[in-house]
Amino acid sequence: MRKLFIANRGEIAVRIIRAARELGIATVQAVSAADREMLAAQLADEVVEVGPAHASKSYLDQAALLRAALASRADAVHPGYGFLAENACFAAAVESADLVFVGPRPDTIRQFGNKARARELAAAAGVPTVPGTSGQGLGTSELLAQAEEIGFPVMVKAAAGGGGRGIRVAASLNALKRLLGEARAEAKAAFGDDAVYLERFLPRARHVEVQVLGDGERVIHLFERECSLQRRRQKIWEEAPALCLTDRQRTALCASAVQLAASVGYRGAGTLEYLFDEETGEFFFIEMNTRIQVEHPLTEMVTGRDLVRDMLDIAAGIPVPLTQDAIVLRGHAIECRINAEDPARGFLPAPGRVSELSVPGGPGVRFDSLLYPGYTVPPFYDSLLGKLIVWDETRAKALARLRRALGELRVGGIATTIPAHRMLVDHPEIAGHAVHTGWLEAWLAEDPFGTKAEAARA
Amino acid sequence: MATKLIAAPLPGIFYRRPAPDQPPFKNEGDSVTIGEPVGLIEVMKTFTQVLAEEAGKIARFLVENEAAVMAGEPLYELEV
Repeated sequence: MRKLFIANRGEIAVRIIRAARELGIATVQAVSAADREMLAAQLADEVVEVGPAHASKSYLDQAALLRAALASRADAVHPGYGFLAENACFAAAVESADLVFVGPRPDTIRQFGNKARARELAAAAGVPTVPGTSGQGLGTSELLAQAEEIGFPVMVKAAAGGGGRGIRVAASLNALKRLLGEARAEAKAAFGDDAVYLERFLPRARHVEVQVLGDGERVIHLFERECSLQRRRQKIWEEAPALCLTDRQRTALCASAVQLAASVGYRGAGTLEYLFDEETGEFFFIEMNTRIQVEHPLTEMVTGRDLVRDMLDIAAGIPVPLTQDAIVLRGHAIECRINAEDPARGFLPAPGRVSELSVPGGPGVRFDSLLYPGYTVPPFYDSLLGKLIVWDETRAKALARLRRALGELRVGGIATTIPAHRMLVDHPEIAGHAVHTGWLEAWLAEDPFGTKAEAARA
Repeated sequence: MATKLIAAPLPGIFYRRPAPDQPPFKNEGDSVTIGEPVGLIEVMKTFTQVLAEEAGKIARFLVENEAAVMAGEPLYELEV
């Protein structure tokens, strides 16, 4: 691999450029017309404009990206996360053009992209799934019949979905009858496929996920992360390892992930997501993300591996030492997502010019971001500005370090989620780690920023 | 009849339809009343309706469907 084309933007593009540069690989950064000034464009060796601001005409335009990659004489394409990262057609088109796709084989992406199919693969590999419907493309009567066996409340999910989009919870058979039509229409509009499936809703579960790395033959795990703090099914705060697990549960969970990934001969970096029921100690596979994830630095902090470098090496066919014994879990890491959103105004998006930036430093602190002073955050894309990640020997020490680092971090000119993280780091239930996937929204409903009280007074 | 330029209230991507397979909120030549939606602006994956703050007739749109728009940029011409 001599020259890598980056078909993405923002902080992950910066992360990929850094890994490529350390390996001596030249980089070509794709940009939309709105992204010429972004940090990744400044860091890359070359920049190619692929289309206008709207992502469907730039970062999602497969033909435009492929043309640009070929014209730049790149020999590989990294899709990052989001956009086309889990698009099997794009991966196949890249390979057909004799370029290396830095990710799994197109067929693997396709199989796990269909969430109902992913459940079947998990079941076949002996990995427990959330009780739910079996079979693909079920009709309404079959779904309703199976719902009774699964037990209410149930979640309605799009088979072609992911990322928490379009999920509905039905408390009863009547509610389900009503929601199915809506869910199908939305799935059709969002993903071009109206197939849906059902899963039992586990309201107080924790979200745990296992990082795996494969070379197409061997698969190893790099332990797990916990991402229970979510708002609208978007992760806000993540940790590694998941301290809710006992050593025995951790071993079983990670072994199941390796079993499933190995059953498809997984190639590259991937994450298997699970729900963990603390009361029963059961874990259930929900889906696999066939790409690098936003929160991958947590795993890098607790294992010392560079996952993006590993991805590039695997894609280039360079032997990566994939021996499980070499992966040692050390200490605890916490990540806070810094978004351009105003917590005091219901997390309203807040694009705009960054007038000031002060980044924390010192031991065990990492800040992966797309920011620089004077940068104007465009309104067209995701609100993720960066990730503040801290590591220390224990969770208590990591929390103290995070509190210190959040105190040093200053982003001026735009509203960010930093104030929300400063409150969370001091919350006794966060310190006690007594959280579940519904915890953050319940906390927000208590109006911690005094927004609703203020509105009522006005 | 006077013509006014109505500015975009937010920066983002402007949509003239509530969904890709639905007709536009308003066509050129249509009249609008206060509070009626004339389009959507997507800011960082969040969709906000653009509501008419003044009644009149939409003479023409100045930003194309699915094009980028900055806050304060003229969005449509209104005849009042």
